[in-house]
Amino acid sequence: MNSRKIVIIGGGSAGIAAAIAAYNNGCDDILLLEKDAELGGILLQCIHNGFGLHRFGEELAGPAYAEKWKDMLKDLPVEVKTDTTVIHLDSDRNVTYVNPAEGYVTVKAGAVIMALGCRERSRGAIATPGYRPSGVWTAGTAQKYLNMQGYLVGKRVFILGSGDIGLIMARRMVLEGAKVLGVAEIMPYSNGLPRNMKQCLDDFDIPLYLSHTVTDIRGKDRLNGITISRVDESLNPIKGTEIDFDVDTLLLSVGLIPDTALLSEAGALLHPKTKGAKVDEHMMTSVPGIFACGNGLHVHDLVDFVSMEGEEAGAAAAKYVKGEFIPKKGYELMPGDGVSYVLPCVVSPDIMEDELEIKLRVKDNRRNVRLVLREGDKTIKEVRKLKTAPSEMEKVVVKKAELAAISGPMTLAVEDMG
Amino acid sequence: MTDTNKKVFTCIVCPRGCEVTANLDKEGNILSIEGNSCPRGETYVKNELLNPMRQLTSTVIIEGGIYDRLPVILSDVIPKGKMMDVMEALNGVKVKAPVKRGDVIVKNICGLNVDVVASRSM
Ligand SMILES: Cc1cc2nc3c(=O)[nH]c(=O)nc-3n(C[C@H](O)[C@H](O)[C@H](O)COP(=O)(O)OP(=O)(O)OC[C@H]3O[C@@H](n4cnc5c(N)ncnc54)[C@H](O)[C@@H]3O)c2cc1C
Ligand code: SF4
Repeated sequence: MNSRKIVIIGGGSAGIAAAIAAYNNGCDDILLLEKDAELGGILLQCIHNGFGLHRFGEELAGPAYAEKWKDMLKDLPVEVKTDTTVIHLDSDRNVTYVNPAEGYVTVKAGAVIMALGCRERSRGAIATPGYRPSGVWTAGTAQKYLNMQGYLVGKRVFILGSGDIGLIMARRMVLEGAKVLGVAEIMPYSNGLPRNMKQCLDDFDIPLYLSHTVTDIRGKDRLNGITISRVDESLNPIKGTEIDFDVDTLLLSVGLIPDTALLSEAGALLHPKTKGAKVDEHMMTSVPGIFACGNGLHVHDLVDFVSMEGEEAGAAAAKYVKGEFIPKKGYELMPGDGVSYVLPCVVSPDIMEDELEIKLRVKDNRRNVRLVLREGDKTIKEVRKLKTAPSEMEKVVVKKAELAAISGPMTLAVEDMG
Repeated sequence: MTDTNKKVFTCIVCPRGCEVTANLDKEGNILSIEGNSCPRGETYVKNELLNPMRQLTSTVIIEGGIYDRLPVILSDVIPKGKMMDVMEALNGVKVKAPVKRGDVIVKNICGLNVDVVASRSM
């Protein structure tokens, strides 16, 4: 069987950044596998601007951001295989892929980096029984058709879910001549970035129905109408609040989940909240030598952070294959009050880098709070925030020295400034 | 009653999405602007009050590329009210591969002094 030092699965923003960082950290034998015809991932269909402000200091369209990274990778001795789909992964890091040129191949990897991106939720999004006519799409699928093939999936559109993809598609479809009648969000707050609420909905007078969900879809072969209803605090529809819309298309923008089929096959522990892998301070999963990053680890709103995470995973994998880290002791890091999840889940202060970026999402919209990292009652770090929202990933940066004296599990909580 | 009124904007210049408040007098003149984390937020709100500007991205038909559409972006923002005009002008625009990122696809579109450029190479 052939063997490689590092195999990266998925050639989106995370995978490309991981490859570059692995090379820059001294690994000279890297294989990058991508199932599509070219590298770039989901960004290739995100033609709107808004990418790269942190990284390049300019607002690029998705394909431009991807191209800049592909250009950086181009001259490095990283072997890239496109049209190549990984179908198996085991805990000994045997990676099996298929492609038209080689057929079915298994490689043994010194380290594997999972950068597979995410899937769109669709099932279970609509609480209506039975038959589903055509005309119901996930927002990302509709985006791919429109932006890469020029095919507009419908003319009168309603959108369920206020995720960013749905908001961006609302604007895009209006510009292409469709009518978007509204967006329903089951939660009492929007899940999209505030800027997308403004520039995609408000700018085009598209109404947003908070605390509403779709309760009926009509049409036999093709969708011809939907009904939305207000929901109560337990998210159950309230009778008598129905509003009907005549539409031929319903887009679902109800969330993304990390693609973890391969991780599960390899036996990696998954995180109950993020639905991605549980990782330590080096983005390593519970299976030694298997790393995870990007939307395949937890869903990101900003690609700049995806690239950064890819770089962390790439650098860590390079060190791992050189045998540079064997942790002495890891301590658990858990979400405290008001926090929905934190990553990493385990921190080993003895081998951590000089700085560790702890990523988290909060549970609700709040103002004037602090994010507090503690070991028991002892405060390790505190960061003030003017506002926090579940739709925005937060970060707390801790230095190695600040964690030197840790001897037990840590929690990260949101607290009012008081 | 006071002589001032407040208008609250979500700055869309970057993903941070600051909530920026403009304090205006009776005539609508700007007295002060607050809540922006950087100077671009101030410029944004001034424009928003006078003449809102927007970036626009779309696609044009491409022949001989790996996909049927080439993504395009404007070299600069345009007045919000002109977005539909630009979309119409892009209708039917056709290019042939190869194209390089940054290539001008339509010069000075709709006389707005901005160009339509390719978002990627293909
Ligand atoms: C519609 C949409 C809009 C967004 N808008 C913005 C925005 O405005 N601004 C912003 O900063 N960020 C935005 N984001 C977020 C950002 O684009 C993503 O978080 C980021 O691009 C994800 O990168 P990734 O590499 O983790 O995943 P992806 O880009 O999805 O890459 C994963 C890659 O893995 C490949 N793959 C999957 N399974 C296999 C397999 N078995 N074998 C081989 N290859 C495989 C896929 O083909 C894909 O190329 C948006 C995301 C989406 C989905
Ligand atoms: S004010 Fe500055 S930091 Fe805030 S959203 Fe606007 S551009 Fe971004």
